[in-house]
Amino acid sequence: MMLGRILPASIVGLILFFLAFPIVVVAIVSFSSATYLTFPPPAFGLRWYEAYFSNPDWLKPTWVSLWVAAAVVVLATFLGTLAALGIARLPKGLRIVAASLILSPLIVPGIVVAIGIYYAYARYGLVGTPIAMVLAHTCLAVPFVVTSVTASLSGIDPRLEQAALSLGATPGATFFQVTLPLIQPGVLVGALFAFITSFDELIVALFISGTGAVTLPRRMWDDLRFQIDPTIAAVSTLTIVLTAALMGAAHLLRKRAERNRTAISSAAA
Amino acid sequence: MSEVVQPASLALAVSRPKTSPFDWRRAVPLLLAAPLLIYMLVFYALPVVAMLLRSVNDPTWTLSHYATLLDDVVFQKTFWITINTSVTVTLGCLILGYPVAMGLVRAKSMAPFILVVILLPFWTSVLVRSYAWMVLLGRHGLVNEALLALGMIDRPIRILNTPLATQIAMIHILLPYMILPIANALRQIDPSLIRAASGLGSTPFMTFRQVILPLSMSGVAAGTLLTFVLALGFYITPAMVGGPRDITLSMLIAQQVDQLNWAYAATLSAVLLATALAILAVARKLPGVGNAFRTSMR
Repeated sequence: MMLGRILPASIVGLILFFLAFPIVVVAIVSFSSATYLTFPPPAFGLRWYEAYFSNPDWLKPTWVSLWVAAAVVVLATFLGTLAALGIARLPKGLRIVAASLILSPLIVPGIVVAIGIYYAYARYGLVGTPIAMVLAHTCLAVPFVVTSVTASLSGIDPRLEQAALSLGATPGATFFQVTLPLIQPGVLVGALFAFITSFDELIVALFISGTGAVTLPRRMWDDLRFQIDPTIAAVSTLTIVLTAALMGAAHLLRKRAERNRTAISSAAA
Repeated sequence: MSEVVQPASLALAVSRPKTSPFDWRRAVPLLLAAPLLIYMLVFYALPVVAMLLRSVNDPTWTLSHYATLLDDVVFQKTFWITINTSVTVTLGCLILGYPVAMGLVRAKSMAPFILVVILLPFWTSVLVRSYAWMVLLGRHGLVNEALLALGMIDRPIRILNTPLATQIAMIHILLPYMILPIANALRQIDPSLIRAASGLGSTPFMTFRQVILPLSMSGVAAGTLLTFVLALGFYITPAMVGGPRDITLSMLIAQQVDQLNWAYAATLSAVLLATALAILAVARKLPGVGNAFRTSMR
């Protein structure tokens, strides 16, 4: 196409290089054999992965992060899916108020959320407990569940539910046998987003993880204050692989759901 | 009893179950949403509001904390740095983002590859990406080594812990938020318009100026506002790679909380939040932006 003539591919290539290169460098540095941070590495090895997997100071925060994220997934997916089902049928005024409250963590600056939560949670002695991390991260994860489930709800052909009801299914049976299977990919995508939101979260963790619930990002942050040895590169590479795998899964799930939906709709028609 | 049913009484009979306060079915949507709404109020909204109230009720009801901001040099410098950084970063994202959005929409076989390159950093945490820039921009980092090897500098220059480092890292982090809404808008342009323009003798540049650019403005506006609002609240990146004296509003707020200066921290938070909300309120009024904004938030 003629756009090509005014937009040399090399410019786009350079900007894409700018986007990808820092991530690639972190991955390469993580396999360095050097005891300090240097690029390109003099030789390659797994010493920084060994350093990570043999150090309880790294492994303990990793488990805290994984457990907190898992609990957030359960809580946020349950509350978020229920709410998405309700919000779609609320009267308009109420729906806008509810959606604004639920989606606001996407807009309110992270530091404002973090110190607000710290201010209140400190009063009730929650700071430094994994429970506080779960309670706070759930609020940040819920918008992703609600938007994902709402999107899959809006894609459902209403005739499918009507057909079930008119064939004598109870509203409960209609929900469990028709609606729920149809929104299931949306629920799963929301759950994956919830996991990553919690697993990667740092600002709230800085204020409320205290000494009793240090998460992996918080541990990385503390470490960076004193040194930037390549252990962090190894940890970073592992988290990049984990989040990219989960996000890739979410992406594929969403695409498959879109294809299925059109297939079901055209079969029903 | 009369055989003839009056229309009025029929209407009444039909509408009675609906207006009955005991119809539980109408309450179901609210009952489904209620657990989450209560949860969000208790564990997030009320805590934030309680904290913000410290700006007006410490020690008694007063607006003096806001009044003192008017001649607070530290606040004004910080606010200016925050706005300045956000504007620079947003412009940088726009300049770098538009060509990539066009490349993404135009590409055929390469499109999945380009999308992965855009999304991979997007899916990586802000902490890890800021760390990547520490590695690249440090005194013995790759950028300094490359400049030395090319003979452009004699000794390592200071890039890490300067405003420039913050800007580079923030542009890198926020670029996908600019690219995706613009690509959305570009995808919706009817290709026959572009064919018509060139068929009528328009040069590629004129087609771009007079057809493509105006039709993609809703995406540009959405991407610009999203990037700017997110940039306003940045904390981790400027704290990690920025200069020790170039603190943003978010960093000043964190600092004040560390010193238990809650009234001041709350006042600054209210200003930061109000700035972000004011920009979003303006954004919703622009035609086409509201829609593009909502789709890109997903």
